[in-house]
Amino acid sequence: MARVQRQPDARDVAPAVQRLRVHFAKRGRLRFTSHRDFQRVFERAVRRADVPVAYSAGFSPHPKISYIGAAATGAASEAEYLEISLTQRWDPQLLRDALDDALPPGFDIVEVVEPAPGAQPLADRINASHWLVMIGGVSTATLAAAVDAFMAADTLPVERVLKDGRRTLDARAAVVSLIVRGEPLGGSAHARLATGAESAGVAEIDRPGSYAILDMVVRHLTPAVRPDDVLAGLRLVSDLPPQLSPLVTRLAQGLLDETGRLADPLAPDRAVAAGSPAAAGEPVA
Amino acid sequence: MTSVLGFAAAPESVFPRLEPLLMRVSKPVQYVGGELNSVVKDWSACNVRWCLMYPDAYEVGQPNQGVQILYEVLNELDDVLAERTYAVWPDLEALMREHGIPQFTVDAHRPVGAFDIFGLSFSTELGYTNMLNALDLAGIPVESRDRDDSHPIVISGGHAAFNPEPIADFIDAAVLGDGEQISRVITAIVRDWKAEGRPGGRDELLLRLARTGGVYVPRFYDVSYSPDGRIAAVTPNRDGVPARVSKHTLMDLDEWPYPKKPLVPLAETVHERYSVEIFRGCTRGCRFCQAGMITRPVRERSIDTIGAMVDAGLKASGFSEVGLLSLSSADHSEIGEVAKQLGDRYEHTNTSLSLPSTRVDAFNVDLANEFSRNGRRSGLTFAPEGGSERMRKVINKMVTEEDLIRTVTTAYAQGWRRVKLYFMCGLPTETDDDVIQIAGLARKVIEAGRQASGTRDIACTVSIGGFVPKAHTPFQWAAQLDHETTDARLAKLRDAIRADKQYGRAIGFRYHDGKPGIVEGLLSRGDRRVGRIIKQVWLDGGRFDGWSEHFSFDRWMSSAQLALADEPVDVDWYTTRERQRDEVLPWDHLDSGLDKDWLWQDWQDALSEVEVDDCRWTPCFDCGVCDTMGTDIQIGPTGRQLLPLTVVNGKNS
Repeated sequence: MARVQRQPDARDVAPAVQRLRVHFAKRGRLRFTSHRDFQRVFERAVRRADVPVAYSAGFSPHPKISYIGAAATGAASEAEYLEISLTQRWDPQLLRDALDDALPPGFDIVEVVEPAPGAQPLADRINASHWLVMIGGVSTATLAAAVDAFMAADTLPVERVLKDGRRTLDARAAVVSLIVRGEPLGGSAHARLATGAESAGVAEIDRPGSYAILDMVVRHLTPAVRPDDVLAGLRLVSDLPPQLSPLVTRLAQGLLDETGRLADPLAPDRAVAAGSPAAAGEPVA
Repeated sequence: MTSVLGFAAAPESVFPRLEPLLMRVSKPVQYVGGELNSVVKDWSACNVRWCLMYPDAYEVGQPNQGVQILYEVLNELDDVLAERTYAVWPDLEALMREHGIPQFTVDAHRPVGAFDIFGLSFSTELGYTNMLNALDLAGIPVESRDRDDSHPIVISGGHAAFNPEPIADFIDAAVLGDGEQISRVITAIVRDWKAEGRPGGRDELLLRLARTGGVYVPRFYDVSYSPDGRIAAVTPNRDGVPARVSKHTLMDLDEWPYPKKPLVPLAETVHERYSVEIFRGCTRGCRFCQAGMITRPVRERSIDTIGAMVDAGLKASGFSEVGLLSLSSADHSEIGEVAKQLGDRYEHTNTSLSLPSTRVDAFNVDLANEFSRNGRRSGLTFAPEGGSERMRKVINKMVTEEDLIRTVTTAYAQGWRRVKLYFMCGLPTETDDDVIQIAGLARKVIEAGRQASGTRDIACTVSIGGFVPKAHTPFQWAAQLDHETTDARLAKLRDAIRADKQYGRAIGFRYHDGKPGIVEGLLSRGDRRVGRIIKQVWLDGGRFDGWSEHFSFDRWMSSAQLALADEPVDVDWYTTRERQRDEVLPWDHLDSGLDKDWLWQDWQDALSEVEVDDCRWTPCFDCGVCDTMGTDIQIGPTGRQLLPLTVVNGKNS
């Protein structure tokens, strides 16, 4: 009997004609989604919005979407990025609106830009993150003392369980800046940002007393040092309580400049699209 | 927490208290809600409020069709709201108990105790301990008799509700059969009773439900026992309460095209696809199959409704997979056209189609080919169920060895590489030899496959589980095989497969040990006394019994010993004991429509290896269902077509 060999037909796969960069946010209760959760939700939104996403060839075609970094499960973010390839050209603003409509509230599309041909890869424009961490049950003064000790240390080895076992990371080495923000009670813009409007009552109910806000810029190293690791480092040099349930929000990602600020990774693309010469990008933080 | 005033004001969301704890539990996203197509209605604008629960983890419960259908059917009513809750994992449970957070809904994070009705759907009895835990976390007394007017009415449904006796002390009511219509009847009764100012309290409401004849309220039935432990009688103890309670049968599935707006989870779940039931019921007559017995007669959804539902469901969800569900999907009278036309519609679209539950015949390979146009031909699954020809006659699964070999030959020849075969162990009259014959069958499958495909790169997986006798089936009288013999028999089969030097390596072997089956057997044929065991297990920490890492056989056995210490019965009495014809079975007062004499005759036919045909193609053989329930077989062919839709990948082109 004849042996039947099935091959996928390469002609079935429409080629990608446009690659767009998407800046999105993960807010409110959706901060509890994992990166895999977001991927599934995003791919379904793409289908519901009838976006002509390009697919890879082969027996199990998958949509051509690449994700640049991802905030950990539990961290909210104002600055997440992905790239998506389309088989038909779409206006970036139209894609922004279509995806934003199709995504659940909390996954919000901030901006879509089309990079110039040959533009620098997005990953090369990101080497650090700006984080805001709300910590309940701790006074600003206690935290400030811990921060001083942290910044004075040369190294602060903290342990974390990774996929390949326990690893020791240097929490201090990754930190560019670490400051305690002023009194946030009463709901500063940052506090609202970190928790989402729906959970505004958290501090009063569960943690009477004050809470403090840490503002940090952290380099992307391998393995990554997360805000949690910085907190672990703070615990090494102070007597901060172990269970803090901090609310973590990534405010920005970008390239560190010499002043310790982050350059917006989409600024060069935006500048090209606007017809002006590509500038280095304005600082965003 | 009290609802004397009917909770005119909305109960406070528990989310602000829950949120700080979520970073400390695994997969927190399962507790946050916010799924696409979920509904949050204004509490005070609704008169009747349902909380629906599938009593397992979110990842298992969220895709459940029954809950999704009721959720939509109820939320479509203006003055009714329905929200959902699932079992919380032990890590969150500990934190909830520590911080005093009650069982909550995922939709609006409202406390379950604030709802009017708490409806639980049981596909399996192994969710019973999770029900007790959810009740307790909700602040609802676990025993029905301890509840007052401030507590929700607790109602169970799903296949396990056809024998709710083991949970009779914990539920207030049970509903048998299709829920679409009866859920609205219950809603209306609760609405009226509340509008009248709750006359007679909880007892009066339950009485009104019981008097419909379609809602079983265990407290209105007394069970008496003979000295030897068998049931003497089950008797109504109130006027107007019927001696038997009937199941519900939805006629005309085209009128009820649910789910229209499938819930799309944020978290990962076991089935992420849009599922359409293409028919309900099955009259193949497999004697082990409770689903086939209790869902009669066959009611098809017509081809054009299926086509419209698939289109709308995909658009509403963004799912990339469609499952056409039923108990034996290839039996739909127009399945060939459904497959071909859906195949045409979604060719080259990255939408995949699947057809679970297929028969062993070559036609099914054709169907599978249609459904795999967009993808790889990886694995096909067939369920001969019985290892030997003799066993297949006993269980009325009419598949010959020739059928099977012919079917797999076709499959391998057409490019399929893996065939999975499902079997059961511990069927009535079974011997070691009946099971060991599976090894020979698998060997012939590989042999035929290598010839047909011209390659050695093919495989066959044998998957085998223990048989559990169920209520309302011809095997309801049968002795369940003890777990020691089950395990020994499976070990012999495993050894026989491994001993095959020539083909053994191409045959995969998966099996489940016999212990969980004994607990399932205890719960599925138990009576009210078994409730004490369930409670004891739960008090001892038992949860998530469907999960091997949480299930403890020893806990069940020691709890049973404790709970049945003063009774003349034990676990063996409920499981491995064959029942006699005259025995009053715990579920005899619950009417699935099946005539008990017919079931007994079918049981006798099984023992003498006599097969029974399917009433869709042969004259009625008087199982009793249609006569008792006033239902009819509803099948095509209709001759209609799928809607001619063109699927466009992309807009503004």
